[in-house]
Amino acid sequence: MPYVCIKITNQKQLITMRKYVLIFLFAGLLTSCGNSEDKKSKPEVKIGAQSSSTEKPKETPKAVTSAEDLRDMNNKGVGVIKNVTLGDLDPALAAKGEEVFKANCTACHKTDRKFIGPAMEGVVDRRAPEWIMNMILDPELMVKEDPLARQLLIDYNGSPMANQGMTEEQARALLEYFRTL
Amino acid sequence: MRQSIRLLLVGAALATLTACNPGGANGKRASSSSGGSAAERVYVAPGEHDEYYGFLSGGFDGQISVYGIPSGRLFKTIPVFSQVPMNGYGYTEETKPMLETSYGFVPWDDLHHPDISQTNGELDGRWIFANGVNTPRIARIDLQDFETAEIIEIPNSAGNHSSAFVTENTEYVVAGTRFSVPIPQQDMPIDEYKGNFKGTISFISVDQDSGEMDLSFQLMLPGFNYDLGHPGRHDSHGWFFFTTYNTEEAHTLQEVNASQNDKDFIVAINWKKAEEYLKQGKGKTVPARYFHNKFDVKTHTATSTVKEEVTILDAMELPGVAYFIPTPKSPHGVDVDPSGEYIIGNGKLSANLTVHSFSKMLDAIENERFEGEAYGIPILNFEDVLAGVVPQPGLGPLHTEFDDKGYAYTTFFISSEVVKWELGTWEVIDRKDSYYSPGHLVIPGGNSRKPDGKYMVTMNKITKDRFLPVGPELNHAAQLFDITGDKMELLLDFPTVAEPHYAAMIHADKIKDKTRQIYKLSENEHARVVKNPGETRVERDGKNVHVYMSMIRSHFTPDNIEGVKVGDKVFFHITNLEQDFDIPHGFAILGNNNAEMLILPGQTETLTWEPKEVGVWPFYCTDFCSALHQEMSGYIRVSPEDSDIKLSWALDDSKFTE
Repeated sequence: MPYVCIKITNQKQLITMRKYVLIFLFAGLLTSCGNSEDKKSKPEVKIGAQSSSTEKPKETPKAVTSAEDLRDMNNKGVGVIKNVTLGDLDPALAAKGEEVFKANCTACHKTDRKFIGPAMEGVVDRRAPEWIMNMILDPELMVKEDPLARQLLIDYNGSPMANQGMTEEQARALLEYFRTL
Repeated sequence: MRQSIRLLLVGAALATLTACNPGGANGKRASSSSGGSAAERVYVAPGEHDEYYGFLSGGFDGQISVYGIPSGRLFKTIPVFSQVPMNGYGYTEETKPMLETSYGFVPWDDLHHPDISQTNGELDGRWIFANGVNTPRIARIDLQDFETAEIIEIPNSAGNHSSAFVTENTEYVVAGTRFSVPIPQQDMPIDEYKGNFKGTISFISVDQDSGEMDLSFQLMLPGFNYDLGHPGRHDSHGWFFFTTYNTEEAHTLQEVNASQNDKDFIVAINWKKAEEYLKQGKGKTVPARYFHNKFDVKTHTATSTVKEEVTILDAMELPGVAYFIPTPKSPHGVDVDPSGEYIIGNGKLSANLTVHSFSKMLDAIENERFEGEAYGIPILNFEDVLAGVVPQPGLGPLHTEFDDKGYAYTTFFISSEVVKWELGTWEVIDRKDSYYSPGHLVIPGGNSRKPDGKYMVTMNKITKDRFLPVGPELNHAAQLFDITGDKMELLLDFPTVAEPHYAAMIHADKIKDKTRQIYKLSENEHARVVKNPGETRVERDGKNVHVYMSMIRSHFTPDNIEGVKVGDKVFFHITNLEQDFDIPHGFAILGNNNAEMLILPGQTETLTWEPKEVGVWPFYCTDFCSALHQEMSGYIRVSPEDSDIKLSWALDDSKFTE
């Protein structure tokens, strides 16, 4: 509230002054009530908004690209899978992959939307096949050594991807299934 | 100035010399007899592993605790005969049957003697057999999982103390009765004990593939109190030896009245002969009710079978099955040396250690050198079976184990020491104090053809000032010795869980690569398993509500349940979908007159809850499983008993109703 200095010379002025002060105070109270949260939190956060990283520097207001949406087809990840060549889609392998997915992955992944982990729809357009298989076969190693996997973990609040003991065959089948999504 | 600089340099040089310790703990495993201080020989550096597993009985805790030797560190306490609230053993629907007996559910017992299975007289690390003294039972622990796989009750027995001991190919695990009782039980005056109360020794056969036990036959014997036993080996394989301490057949003030006779007996049992009589149909099948409980690792569930009869062979009537060898005086342990020739009678109340000879015993039997008989069983002539006497080694001999160099080690309770002596010469080589009053001692393979003569552990009965004081109730203390040299060397003093009696030690290499890390979800055959979250649901069956749930980091599926009413009995059947090493999840719910359960990866377990109050009650994961462990929780809504609310369950926006 701005500092005001008014000279009061008589009783009438005092009463009027008090009235204005009271109105002013009351108005201030009303407006401050509505925005009390603003005082406590950083200016850009509103109630009910998704929390974004508050450590980000404020200078450039460019669009935030999450690790999940980032497209990087060159990163093969870190792990036992070094090279995968994709031919024509193999429907039988994809069907097998769907079975494997339903049995082992649905606790945390849905195909069409974000759940505990990212949605699988379009993952083969964002990630190299090697990256996908390495992530399935050893998520702990990936989080330790692949910066993208690590960022995903941070974005997902430290919720880790479980190592479900998949074989290479199962991981390859899953990859084929993802090609159909 | 120059003087002080020089002093400083000298000081620094000295400091670096003493600090740089070439033989010490630089990340290598503790070397042993090759020298170095005791500290170096028991130090297992961070990240390194111990050389041996020590399975020490817990005595009155009813469990077996697993230690690393030489560090003395406690790894685990295996639930056997007592309920364990921290993981749900004896509380979950699947494990409660393990503790069922002919007397009903028994939540505790007294476990004294674990014995590792043997093949050709060598420890093979497949199973451990252990006894429940109070409600006579034998348990089999599987060393793939370090969990109890089977418990069989023993009828016609009381004080199941001289148990569980395996024959040298684990053909049988043998159990004996310490407290003579009427067999079968009947109403009769206690002071008619003499001549009427009996003892039994049970031979439980072991299936060589599955380890499963079967009570093959029982031998009926006089009521002399069968205290301890050990098998013969090599030439004496086929025989089994038990001590007795109450040949007086006293029924009251046994402290005085059972200590009158100068000599009691070691009973030598020819079990191959007993097997012959069994085949000839000489056994009597009598009614006897006993429980046989088995845990199936595929269904993760224990089932109880009730048996109604048992076959008894009367050793007092069948010649050649049993012989009495007189031995001084109220003997406790009977120990057979690695060659199978020497049978040591640890005469608790005797001044000397008596050693009997197996070959002389056979000779005495053949030439009928008997000094009498008791209840039809021949008593062999003491002098004709004697191999030698270790004179005045100490006071209160209890147990003897052996090394691989022809030496024996005996504990003395009253003089609180362990004495090393030589087989054949009967000379005392060394004696060392044990703190305080040792009971049993253990050497890896010390009760087999092939002892591993590196370490010895004495387990004491009195602790007093050994460790920091912790009030009136103390755990017991054990000492670790290096026995590779002529003289024994005390290396370590460590506290033990509850009261160890006997123990079994084995080199880690025989077990560690065969242990299981997870249960494969694909092999889970539990009746109420869910193999993925899509199978989860809640079903009502009258007043029983069955919740089929899954857990994985870091949520339950479902985690919101409604439609339960006051008066229902809710069964939480939860499957841990993890397939990675060391990711257990726990489960507990508010207002439950029950413990929690800990579920391992790939396992399914069931805990019941009977809500008595209306409201919304939280449940949560009790074992820290991930960064979002705190968030791993849920709610269950309990409506009034007369409500007509339908069951519904949800996770996030996936909602279902019955």
